[in-house]
Amino acid sequence: MVEVEQQSGTDRRVGLLVTCLVDLIRPSVGFAAVKLLEDAGCIVEVPRQTCCGQPAFNSGDRTTARALAEHVIAAFEPYDYVVTPSGSCGGMLKVHYPELFAGDADWLPRVERFCAKTFELVSFLVDVLNVTSVTARFSGTVTYHDACSGLRELGIRAQPRRLLAGVEGLDLAEMRDADVCCGFGGTFCVKYPDISNAIVAKKADHIAATGAGTLLAGDLGCLMNMAGKLQRAGHAVRARHVAEVLAGMSETPAIGEPRRAGTKAP
Amino acid sequence: MTAPLTSPRFKENARAALADAPLQQALKFVEVNFIARRREVADRLPEFDALRDAARDIKNHTLEHLDLYLEAYEERVRSAGGHVHFALTAEDARNIVLDICRKAGAKTVTKGKSMVSEEIGLNAFLAANGIAPIETDLGEYIIQIRGEMPSHIIAPAVHLTKEQVEADFRRVHTHLPPERSLVEPTTMLTEARNVLRERFLAADVGLTGANFLVAETGTSIIVTNEGNGDLTQTLPKVHIVLATIEKLVPTLEDAAQMLRVLARSATGQEMSVYTTFSTGPRRAGDPDGPAEYHVVILDNGRSAMLGGAFQDMLRCIRCGACMNHCPVYHAVGGHAYGWVYPGPMGAVLTPSLVGIDQAGHLPNASTFCGRCEAVCPVRIPLPRMMRAWREREFERHLSPASQRTGLAFWAFFVRRPRLYGAATAAAAFALGLLGAARGRFRRLPLAQGWTRHRDFPAPEGATFQAQWRRRTRPHP
Repeated sequence: MVEVEQQSGTDRRVGLLVTCLVDLIRPSVGFAAVKLLEDAGCIVEVPRQTCCGQPAFNSGDRTTARALAEHVIAAFEPYDYVVTPSGSCGGMLKVHYPELFAGDADWLPRVERFCAKTFELVSFLVDVLNVTSVTARFSGTVTYHDACSGLRELGIRAQPRRLLAGVEGLDLAEMRDADVCCGFGGTFCVKYPDISNAIVAKKADHIAATGAGTLLAGDLGCLMNMAGKLQRAGHAVRARHVAEVLAGMSETPAIGEPRRAGTKAP
Repeated sequence: MTAPLTSPRFKENARAALADAPLQQALKFVEVNFIARRREVADRLPEFDALRDAARDIKNHTLEHLDLYLEAYEERVRSAGGHVHFALTAEDARNIVLDICRKAGAKTVTKGKSMVSEEIGLNAFLAANGIAPIETDLGEYIIQIRGEMPSHIIAPAVHLTKEQVEADFRRVHTHLPPERSLVEPTTMLTEARNVLRERFLAADVGLTGANFLVAETGTSIIVTNEGNGDLTQTLPKVHIVLATIEKLVPTLEDAAQMLRVLARSATGQEMSVYTTFSTGPRRAGDPDGPAEYHVVILDNGRSAMLGGAFQDMLRCIRCGACMNHCPVYHAVGGHAYGWVYPGPMGAVLTPSLVGIDQAGHLPNASTFCGRCEAVCPVRIPLPRMMRAWREREFERHLSPASQRTGLAFWAFFVRRPRLYGAATAAAAFALGLLGAARGRFRRLPLAQGWTRHRDFPAPEGATFQAQWRRRTRPHP
């Protein structure tokens, strides 16, 4: 359950853009997002989707990016809101989609309507639905990484910390340079693996230095990068999407942890 | 003869940089000191962000009317008794400088710090023509005795540790007793100053860059922390200012606004130690100053940026804040970028000046973390312009074949949602099964760039969408 200052989420139809990484790698983040939205009174639906187009956009392939953007905008037109559990995809949808349609008078009104109703999950809960606290338990110390696009394109910094503060049993230990890039950068991490490694190695050290048992962030790409480095470096820090903890769904294995026998997705 | 270019070998340069222990040690200075100092000084000035807007607007206005301001500036310099030379290319600028030096019978030229001089490869050119260039900024002096290029636009020797510099001083300053103490950076500065003092007095020509050129008055402005720029431009009989077209600002008032953001963004100082205004040669009654004052205004590809996707880059005031805050710069330093301008500003400017076919790696070697844009004093949208370069590269089929093939393969599936759904469901199932026991992979055939350095998590099994559609609720 979540507490809201007013019942503003009631009966709102939210289209969940689950993101291609969550869809493929870690569906439990998607179900955590659904739970948080439904607890806040939203009706959640998931239209058929692939990817927001950011990999093409950042690789200079505007044609593919634009085709995917058109599909996303059309698919999510029926909903009151579009919500995504990622600051990076959220930034693509809200900040960069208009760039793909610059000068296109036919599309721009649709794009503007789309951008106005699109939000990253945690900022949607706090800023739009006025959720003030969640009813979740988590015993242990966490540290929170501010993923770049959410932080600098969407202004997400206080919102996750505010909700985490209300999670029973949870302590937050801030890491040094929480607002510095983890070195993921989408295709950057495979185009320049050595540089990416140097950046994430530094990040892993800062995470480990907090002594926190769990790393949280709002972007699965960054989390996979940091979790993978922490594991390779032998640090016993588990990594989870912040939505899992806020939804009280942190009983599942953390990112890259073995699946226990009998564990099933909902 | 321009600055040597190794940008096409960026990856190799980066690998070497990552394995260079003294470099890695030196780079910590950038990450820790520059950032903290800028933060502190910005926090102390409530109107700092408003000043950044004003600085952006001043530069935008100037660029919109650059022809008028260049003409006005030229007119003012001439009426103050100076000479203005327009150079379209690096070669033109080198020849103009050489001509002035020859007419002055110069054997040595003292130099204040000038990135434009690096851009046109001036030192090598002068030396090849029998004129000795002498760098007088401490950082530039250090890299000159090492035969290196600057690795940072405001801190040219930031890639070196104190121990490395000390070793170079002992190697080069052999006239000094070997047992002298060089423990403190200030003792090295004093030693360099003592060596340079005679050179200042002996030089026939002094060459400086310019931080700003003021159209209203025909003034060139330099900021330094060592005072070497002042000695460079007042002691020799000829002063040459080497600057590029985008250094113009309309008025002294505008220059004052720009100065308020420059030092704060660069070194975290409210003002640099010396801010020097030069207008023309020595007048009758002036206590000092050069007999001749020349300004060489270089284009070198910049006017082609006006009116295009990269015009905003011409707002750059060379403070270095973007590289100071760049995780990639922190990892590899400036030399890896392979030309004169490193970091995010270099990643945008270098392709404009040397071609995207040569500098393609630079705008790609960014995580788009956006920290550069967040601190830029003139609010240049650096990530967006790096992306614009990637688009040009993609359009011209210059990006690597493996990347293009991968992207095309991926694009084929993501543009077909049903096929994509089936393919990802199968992939998630197979990888989920393979990785279930350990939860992650130490090696994956097509993702070695990833798994060389980190584990890759195994998918949970069924995709979210497949699971969602199995839920017994109506859905579109």
